[in-house]
Amino acid sequence: MLRYTLLRILGAIPTLLLVIALAFLMVHAAPGGPFDEERVLPPEVEANIEAHYNLDEPLPKQFLRYLVGLTRGDLGPSYRYRGHTVSELIGTSFPNSLKLGALAIVIALLLGVGGGTYAALRQGAFADRFVMGLSMTGISIPVFVVAPVLVLLFAVNLQWLPAGWSGTEGVGRYVLPVITLALPQIAYIARLTRASMIDVLARDFVRTARAQGLGTLRVIRVHAIKPAMLPVLSYMGPAIAGIITGSVVVEEIFGIPGVGQLFVRGAMNRDYTLVLGVVVFYASLIVAFNLIVDILYAVIDPRVRYR
Amino acid sequence: MSLLDVTGLSIRYDGQAVVDGVDLFVERGESVGLVGESGSGKSQSALAILGLLPARAQVSGSIEFDGQQVLGADDALLDRLRARRIGMVFQDPMQALNPYLRIGVQLRQVLVAHGLAAGRDADARVIEALTRVRLPDPERQFRAFPHELSGGMRQRVMIASALIAGPDLLIADEPTTALDVTVQAQILELLEEIRDNTALLLITHDLGIVAGHCEHMIVLEKGRLVDAGPTTSVFASPRHAHTRTLLEAAPRVDRGEVPAPVDGRTLLAVEAASVQYRDRGGALLDAVNDVSFAVRQGETVAVVGESGSGKSSLVRAMLGLVPMASGKVVYAGEPLEGPVQHRARERRRDLQLVFQDPVSALNPQMRVRSIIEEPLLVHEKGIGSAERLGRVTAMLDKVGLEAAFLTRYPHELSGGQAQRVAIARALVLEPRILVCDEAVAALDGSVRKQVLDVLRSVQDEAGLSIIFISHDLAVVRSISHRVLVMYAGRLVEVAGNDDLFASPLHPYTRALIDSVPVPDPVVAPKAAPLRGETPSLIDPPSGCVFHPRCPRSDETCASKRPRLREIRGTRVACHYPLDR
Repeated sequence: MLRYTLLRILGAIPTLLLVIALAFLMVHAAPGGPFDEERVLPPEVEANIEAHYNLDEPLPKQFLRYLVGLTRGDLGPSYRYRGHTVSELIGTSFPNSLKLGALAIVIALLLGVGGGTYAALRQGAFADRFVMGLSMTGISIPVFVVAPVLVLLFAVNLQWLPAGWSGTEGVGRYVLPVITLALPQIAYIARLTRASMIDVLARDFVRTARAQGLGTLRVIRVHAIKPAMLPVLSYMGPAIAGIITGSVVVEEIFGIPGVGQLFVRGAMNRDYTLVLGVVVFYASLIVAFNLIVDILYAVIDPRVRYR
Repeated sequence: MSLLDVTGLSIRYDGQAVVDGVDLFVERGESVGLVGESGSGKSQSALAILGLLPARAQVSGSIEFDGQQVLGADDALLDRLRARRIGMVFQDPMQALNPYLRIGVQLRQVLVAHGLAAGRDADARVIEALTRVRLPDPERQFRAFPHELSGGMRQRVMIASALIAGPDLLIADEPTTALDVTVQAQILELLEEIRDNTALLLITHDLGIVAGHCEHMIVLEKGRLVDAGPTTSVFASPRHAHTRTLLEAAPRVDRGEVPAPVDGRTLLAVEAASVQYRDRGGALLDAVNDVSFAVRQGETVAVVGESGSGKSSLVRAMLGLVPMASGKVVYAGEPLEGPVQHRARERRRDLQLVFQDPVSALNPQMRVRSIIEEPLLVHEKGIGSAERLGRVTAMLDKVGLEAAFLTRYPHELSGGQAQRVAIARALVLEPRILVCDEAVAALDGSVRKQVLDVLRSVQDEAGLSIIFISHDLAVVRSISHRVLVMYAGRLVEVAGNDDLFASPLHPYTRALIDSVPVPDPVVAPKAAPLRGETPSLIDPPSGCVFHPRCPRSDETCASKRPRLREIRGTRVACHYPLDR
């Protein structure tokens, strides 16, 4: 198990390097520069600025410098928020994004797994079709449609919840953004759980457990839930990626000062180090999360450990 | 009042009856065999007793257990009966045990669910149950996952789980079908010993098992009860034609005619073949170790041995399907070398192969005609389509199928029909050697007999040589001229059919033969002749690989590897061969 874990960690390093290199290249391949303005700067000033940020060096050297900085957690200076480093900016805005994302994932798992299991037990019945129909709807409607509709309904018409972030306090301001983020994930996890639960319930060892008089709840809790969760577990990597993507839109719509908003601002302002920093930060997060998923997979399925 | 009283049991799916008006009863403490071929409804009946049929099954009749109506009972009542009053052992313990849970957890759940024990007390009782089924090192297996155990050990765990709550009735559905014959004998012996006063309903297709282990028997055919009574009287005077068919189709390892030896010239010789694999950990594994044998023209040579004995690897290496680590193959005086795709086309057509599972060996997207035609398209490009069709039809006729089958797809065929199509495909090129790898293992007795008859008749007509890999010694005895016995990758005995079965020289051969259940209640079943299971091939025992299980072994056997030597026409690798 230890060997397996170490191998997985080693295996994640090249992936991460590749992602960083690609992001770095893409940002540098973008036309225009961070200091291009309507007003043309005198060439000496421009050269000075470029020299200050080491932009006059050859690209490989810049990349190496960036990598060295990364090992110290230094993502470089922001080109637009003068006096702030990218790490600082991410550091102050990430807690907001983390709260949103974590809440959304927890809710998605609870409702998705619960709903999916319930549907699997009522396979073909009305309850099953209802849950599945609902989840199909959840998958089909994009975040940028769900968010305004929710705001219109609960904030503007019913006035139950705040429409935005700023100027409000308390739990209320989390509700709509979290629901918006969680909805497609609930739907997808419910469908995954249902399919895999139906599959597991038809396996011979479930029949054995039933023949032992364990009762439906105990059969599910002791025997079926672990194997049925394997596909859901595999989906957790993509789910995190999905939540992060969604958060870019959600934070913008609800005006939440999170990493997503930071990213959008960075892109608008051609703040290349900021954009690059967010990409690298989130990529590392996703790689790390996939690593944890792989290890958990081996915890659930003892046969994986020997591969 | 009987312990179990089933009357007029019918089970229908979409109006189609799979069980039709079956009556059966089991008295306290007695053992009853429920016999039938696949599709006879025997497993369905057992599942009905435990209320485990799928919801769409329409069940009618009456199932009374200890005076209580079980049919239509709610889950609360059924859950009190399951395990506590009626234990169940399923066929394939790899599938029937949860691969994600430790053995101990699975067993203690039974006690906890029925409120029989909890905490340390439950753990202690699980260890005790594992000890009772004679699982080696029960404390360690308590923490093991099912995939870490051998098939025989898993079935012991299954039995422990069925008996742990002290039921009055044990239902065992083909409990030994997935196991090797020596392990089967151990498991059957164990069942007899530890069930004490627990009644046994034993479901099997094997009349030998019923003859040796059941006081009463019930014969089902296509969902209907055709024969029932004390085992001895059903065997002595079967009332129904189907029972007679079953009895006749069951070959016996202890008597009956055997094919006379063939005296042809040698067609194929395998010399000092070895096959090695690497396991997942990278360790080198000797699947086949220095095996030589020859096949004569028109001769059937059987290769027998338990799973892991290397019989399939040997033959696959000969065919060039897996690489040979060393050794050579000589066919018709010329060496056959390299992987099969590098061999000359004419050489390839001379050796054909039939697999165990015909359904997965036939392309589901092709019709029977295309399946049988395909080899001709590759090997005989010159012939026209009319002639091809003629050859295909003639071949179908030879394996006993009508021309109407030409347009069928594999899923429209029964197991026996599909295997005959696979044989037709192999024979359409008129090969000189046909390799059958467990080709009849998946077939019911009566169908198996038909397929074996097809093989015999083709052999008589065309002088075909057959290499017949099988774990079923009774079938081997009925069809082969000579027999190779393999154990842990080594050849331990080679003899003519008559010599081998009448007086084997190697103790392992003797044990194998004695392990086969004889379909005759008058012949007393022998106590399980062998302890233990086949050894690891990564780290095989020193000296004679069989010595740890051998009743005759001494220090010589543990230190010195016996060479194959010839004794009165039999080749045997043993320091202390049996007397003839």
